[in-house]
Amino acid sequence: MALLEVKNLEVYYGVIQAIKGISFEVNKGEIVTLIGANGAGKTTTMQSIMGLIHARAGEIIYNGQKINGIPSHKIVKLGMTQVPEGRRIFSELTVYENLMMGAYTRTDKDAVKGDLDEIYEMFPRLLERKNQVAGTLSGGEQQMLAMGRAMMSRPDLLMLDEPSMGLSPLLVDQVFEIIKKFHEKGTTILLVEQNANKSLAISDRAYVLENGKIVLTGTGAELLASEDIKKAYLGG
Amino acid sequence: MNFITNLIGGLSLGGIYAMIALGYTMVYGIAKMLNFAHGDIIMVGGYTILVFAASGVHPLIAIVLAVVFCVGLGIAIEKVAYKPLRGASPLAVLITAIGVSYLLQSLAQMIFGSGTKMVRGLELGSLTIGKLIINVSTIVTLIACIIVMVGLNLFVKYTKIGRAMVAVSEDKGAAQLMGINVNSIIMITFAIGSALAALAGTFYLMRSPSICSTFGSLPGIKAFTAAVIGGIGSIPGAMLGGILLGIVEVFANSVPAIAPYTDAIEFAILIVILLVKPTGFLGKKRREKV
Repeated sequence: MALLEVKNLEVYYGVIQAIKGISFEVNKGEIVTLIGANGAGKTTTMQSIMGLIHARAGEIIYNGQKINGIPSHKIVKLGMTQVPEGRRIFSELTVYENLMMGAYTRTDKDAVKGDLDEIYEMFPRLLERKNQVAGTLSGGEQQMLAMGRAMMSRPDLLMLDEPSMGLSPLLVDQVFEIIKKFHEKGTTILLVEQNANKSLAISDRAYVLENGKIVLTGTGAELLASEDIKKAYLGG
Repeated sequence: MNFITNLIGGLSLGGIYAMIALGYTMVYGIAKMLNFAHGDIIMVGGYTILVFAASGVHPLIAIVLAVVFCVGLGIAIEKVAYKPLRGASPLAVLITAIGVSYLLQSLAQMIFGSGTKMVRGLELGSLTIGKLIINVSTIVTLIACIIVMVGLNLFVKYTKIGRAMVAVSEDKGAAQLMGINVNSIIMITFAIGSALAALAGTFYLMRSPSICSTFGSLPGIKAFTAAVIGGIGSIPGAMLGGILLGIVEVFANSVPAIAPYTDAIEFAILIVILLVKPTGFLGKKRREKV
């Protein structure tokens, strides 16, 4: 069953059409990737799903409920959240406070504490630095914090916008390992990436976005083997 | 002896400025706008006390009612005048704020006339300690300001809403992704700012009990200066700037030769600070996101 369904989505910035009627779905338990070059419309798609940008046409359906026009903070309560592009951690708050911000909408205090311990277990560096102001963390640590913070809301659907951007190859591997771990815990994942190689390798299905349109779709393995993809995204 | 009297007086006046400056700085930090109608909330608070005190209500209750009324007014102004402009150009918001300021002043003139009125019932007399003669209201103001500032710091640091305020001031979009309702955080900020303005108005009336429609303008603009000196957007900055300005004002006023130039000195400090450290004492340089 589709957990998230996007139908004929159209998004404009002023008169410029950024998303030209795309449709895709994410089924419960899947890892789905949107790949595409800079400016293809990946981030715009993500932001319109979360209600940060308003779509001009089309439908976004989550868990059977149409969510277009619902304010972002209410969408979070429905059980999905996003690790935004560029991490956007709260640099003036401590690591611990950032993580607790992720659990802002939750009222089950004991479970929150359990989840916090789990995040610290997964990211020992965050535990070491829990009372440190987040702005002082390294780029890789900030990415871990952003991912941990998103998981603190216990999402059914986690969207990640270019989580590997600007990280060293070693850290990129770590990020993908963590995404797999989140997935094993039962979280459905929608990933937006430029790193086609790594993201296709862990994806059940993927969509290729070009100039605001979906031009290709298939399983991760199919796209990884496709000549077009190799040429456009995998360097030959 | 004079020095100590002046110091206490300066801290007390500075506390009032700090309270008003907090309203400017918190609203700026969270809604990214300069609320130039903030000073006029002080005036509304003052008139509220005048009305209730004149009708025989106990002054303490009148103060509480003034705070409640100003909180309601602050929230209403935000809803009616500023909220529809979310996302509009900063200039449009600024002009709207100036418009609201004139609206409030004109309303006050229509209701209460353009003359100065005296507010009775807030006199607390004076206290003699050794050779020191200090107004009780000065001490009360000072203590109240300390309580408010400590309380506000604790609120921002340790409550969920306080932390959400910091998150919103830093990154609205990311705050929404946490499930924070940005609009209600902005509303709470206006409510707190207006409550502080009403209190500041009360303490200002204790110093000099006359009120007119522009009652809030000078303390408002001085507190705004204080907020900029301390670093606009920074809560400790507003406190520091307010207290600094209060002390300067009282000491400058105590020297007959320079007393007429007190206001000029205060604004000159602003100019110097802006030249030397444009972000103010405790303001942060915001990194522009590309």
